[in-house]
Amino acid sequence: MAPILELRGITKQFPGVLANDHIDLVLHKGEILALLGENGAGKSTLMNILYGLYQPDEGEILINGEVVKINSPTDAISRGIGMVHQHFMLIPVFTVTENVMLGDESVKAGGFLDRPKAAQRIQEISSSYKLEVNPSDYVRDLPVGVQQRVEIIKLLYRNAEILIFDEPTAVLTPQEADELFNIMRSLVAQGKSIIFITHKLREVLAIANRVVVIRRGKVVGETTPDKADKNSLAAMMVGREVNLVVKKKETTPGDVVCSISNLVVADKFQNVVVDDVSLEIRAGEILGVAGVQGNGQTELVEAITGLTKIAEGKITLLGKDISRATPRQITELGTAHVPEDRQADGLVLPFSVAENLVLCSYYLAPFSKGVILQYDTIFKNAEKLIADFDIRTPNPLTPVGSLSGGNQQKVIIARELSRPIQFLVASQPTRGLDVGSIEYIHKRIEQKREEGCAVLLVSPELDEIMELSDRIAVMYRGKILAVVPNKGVSKEYIGLLMAGVVPEEPMQLSEETEIEATL
Amino acid sequence: MSEAQAEKKDLGQAILKEIVPPPEEEAPRKSFWKSISIPALAILTGLLIGAVMIAATSSTVWAAFGQSIWKGFGRAFAEIGAAYQALFTGAIGDPVRIVRALGSGDAREIRSALNPFLESLVQTTPYIFTGLAVAVGFRSGLFNIGVEGQLFIGAAAATYVGYAITGLPGFIHMPLALLAGALGGAFWAFIPGLLKAKTGGHEVINTIMMNWIAFRLTEWLLSGPMTRPGSGGMPLSPLIQKSAEIPQFFQAPIRFHLGFFIALAVAWFINWFLFKTTWGLDLRTVGTNPRAAKYAGLSTTKSIITAMIISGALAGTAGAVQILAVNRSMALGLSSGYGFDSIALALIGNNTPLGIVLASLLFGTLRNGATRMMVVSAIPIDIVDVIQAIILMFVAAPAIIRAMYHLKKPKKEEATIFLSGWGGK
Repeated sequence: MAPILELRGITKQFPGVLANDHIDLVLHKGEILALLGENGAGKSTLMNILYGLYQPDEGEILINGEVVKINSPTDAISRGIGMVHQHFMLIPVFTVTENVMLGDESVKAGGFLDRPKAAQRIQEISSSYKLEVNPSDYVRDLPVGVQQRVEIIKLLYRNAEILIFDEPTAVLTPQEADELFNIMRSLVAQGKSIIFITHKLREVLAIANRVVVIRRGKVVGETTPDKADKNSLAAMMVGREVNLVVKKKETTPGDVVCSISNLVVADKFQNVVVDDVSLEIRAGEILGVAGVQGNGQTELVEAITGLTKIAEGKITLLGKDISRATPRQITELGTAHVPEDRQADGLVLPFSVAENLVLCSYYLAPFSKGVILQYDTIFKNAEKLIADFDIRTPNPLTPVGSLSGGNQQKVIIARELSRPIQFLVASQPTRGLDVGSIEYIHKRIEQKREEGCAVLLVSPELDEIMELSDRIAVMYRGKILAVVPNKGVSKEYIGLLMAGVVPEEPMQLSEETEIEATL
Repeated sequence: MSEAQAEKKDLGQAILKEIVPPPEEEAPRKSFWKSISIPALAILTGLLIGAVMIAATSSTVWAAFGQSIWKGFGRAFAEIGAAYQALFTGAIGDPVRIVRALGSGDAREIRSALNPFLESLVQTTPYIFTGLAVAVGFRSGLFNIGVEGQLFIGAAAATYVGYAITGLPGFIHMPLALLAGALGGAFWAFIPGLLKAKTGGHEVINTIMMNWIAFRLTEWLLSGPMTRPGSGGMPLSPLIQKSAEIPQFFQAPIRFHLGFFIALAVAWFINWFLFKTTWGLDLRTVGTNPRAAKYAGLSTTKSIITAMIISGALAGTAGAVQILAVNRSMALGLSSGYGFDSIALALIGNNTPLGIVLASLLFGTLRNGATRMMVVSAIPIDIVDVIQAIILMFVAAPAIIRAMYHLKKPKKEEATIFLSGWGGK
């Protein structure tokens, strides 16, 4: 029998970039195929071609052995291809039924919407694939995991046979991810076929039947989970051996560097987003703040770094009250901040690498004398940091916006870590970066810890938190639910806390004693 | 939470992003011909369309077409030729006359042969100031549409100091009057700057409204408190004192004056200020990425107010120089839209002082030549304005020219590829 989907020699050239270079891919009926690759490897381009958003320059697409041409997403849907996007395409003020039927409405005589009929189909789909959802709920009231189910139902409602999941776990808690995997298994059990795009090795090993690795637009390898492990997959993905576990030296935490007591932060609508948070960060330790994105971590970091006003509470840094301090005062006390959104907050994209490397210090000697900028010193500084931090740029004058994401992040890391600092606030320091960059940035953060710097690490990636932190604080709806030492604590325990459930036992010990580093 | 914040972008920033090309900092030098090809094609295209306009709006051409097609075309080409010859000689001068004057060695004759060119520089001068005013705003993330109004207030302040204070020596009086002009413009821009910084009131709206206040206020001043005795209620100010005048280099009718060199010096200063000082970098950082500026510890409030004051001071100086060097008294016809033209001008000049000086030369030359074209040929002033606008439109929107002539966009991707995927090997 012909495979349900086959791609032959797909090539897509963008100005100057060969995004897909003669990619061959086969998807059999009833299997989960994981498409693994770093950011920028060409996964998304390939899937956009399959979904009709781009036209390939060369190559052909076969569905059930028959050559087809897909000109638009509408074409793709009519041929049974559906995609669950990383960012949901749902309308919050519509109900589940309305969202699902949108664009494919069933109508009664006279052109009136037939909601009951649609709702009934949703119920059928929901029960046959274990996709629990209430058709009459408004999407805005649903948790992220359920919203994702609505997305899946949308595809099944349109009779999709091939489902593409684009980084589906990025927004989920570990428990929600596990539920998603169960759903995916039940989908393939009933004859659907799935392409699962990811860069997370653990998920690939957990769910895929087959793995295809893409690097720089080419298929570089194919394997199955039973023949592979994380290290071999990472090596295939990156093209060299990768050291996944950061070797942590034992350090004894020193004095309290930053202490936060009863901090309350309100957003501009006067909603409390950080609710009575108290934390202490000591010299030589990494305190990880875990939590699903949007639970107040952003505002917590902004309050500590002076970017947002605090409503109540007190923050002390090195013995000084910084509750009302400006960002510059806080920086001058010896704080470094790696911001969550590097392009929006951390960099001025049209400015040169050299200027961005002194963004927080150009007003000081030796980068300026009086008000006159000393570009000689600024360039010398840039050349040194470019070498020290291995920033790949043609020269210090290149606008930072033309560098890759990893190199942009390195510019920030270089700028922040090259200053004499005692407190590092790193918010999602590896978001959207490839394995090589993640490895490098983790090493640098660990190095600061060993030098005796206090580190506050905020990340929605639980793996990152568990790999680096000495202690873990879990944030849920603005509150810190627990602060636990990162010794033998299980991922499930933290995962439950991230979902707002405080487990009854004080702590569950992990079966694996070694802290697992997963990417 | 953060996504919601990101979505609620400032409208002004959004507009700025749409209209201002990202400043190409330290871009590799393009070859001379490449950088000149787009303005040259733009002027050529503008002239071609303008030629059609000239022919189509001339009654004599229509009449000739009535006789025969060939006569019509002949007449059309004759009129277009005459008009454009006037444009050229009006803007640059008559080459034959210049050569003959140089040959004769008569200084007086040389000066008057070169007068059209010198007059173009006179027209260029206010554009340099107003273009810089707009550019300082753009660089700081502000859309100062109020340059025209600030120019009027600056001119009024300079005029007052120019005629009301007597008995000062020239080397004090003239700079004092200039300073008054700068302060007047700065004050007028400070108000919308303060409103923006403290209340978030949008500078686009506020500067437009300040323009109207400025126009009517100066009209009242000129027909009331500052009116010239015996003007019969006409909005006209007294003549300024001799000591307040910015000197003209030659005898009338040549108006070429010191203000042109002051403008060049100011352009150099603004360049130094924006690109070599921490103050300038503060402004540019806030202007390019306000969030990153806040992150870096800068005060957006301070930056907005500073930028508006500098921008307004430049606009006010434009008005002051016109009064002190050219008009010598203030009337309502002081500026025919320098403040508005300068928005397009700053964009053409890519918001760099050098670019603005070059763009100002283009605008000033065109404007001067157009005046001559109007005088010599029978083309109505409205059509002259239309032709000027068409040329400027093509100059200001290089994308149109690129699309028309299938020119390639400057390649940027190459650098990107070279850089992508570090750590990959």
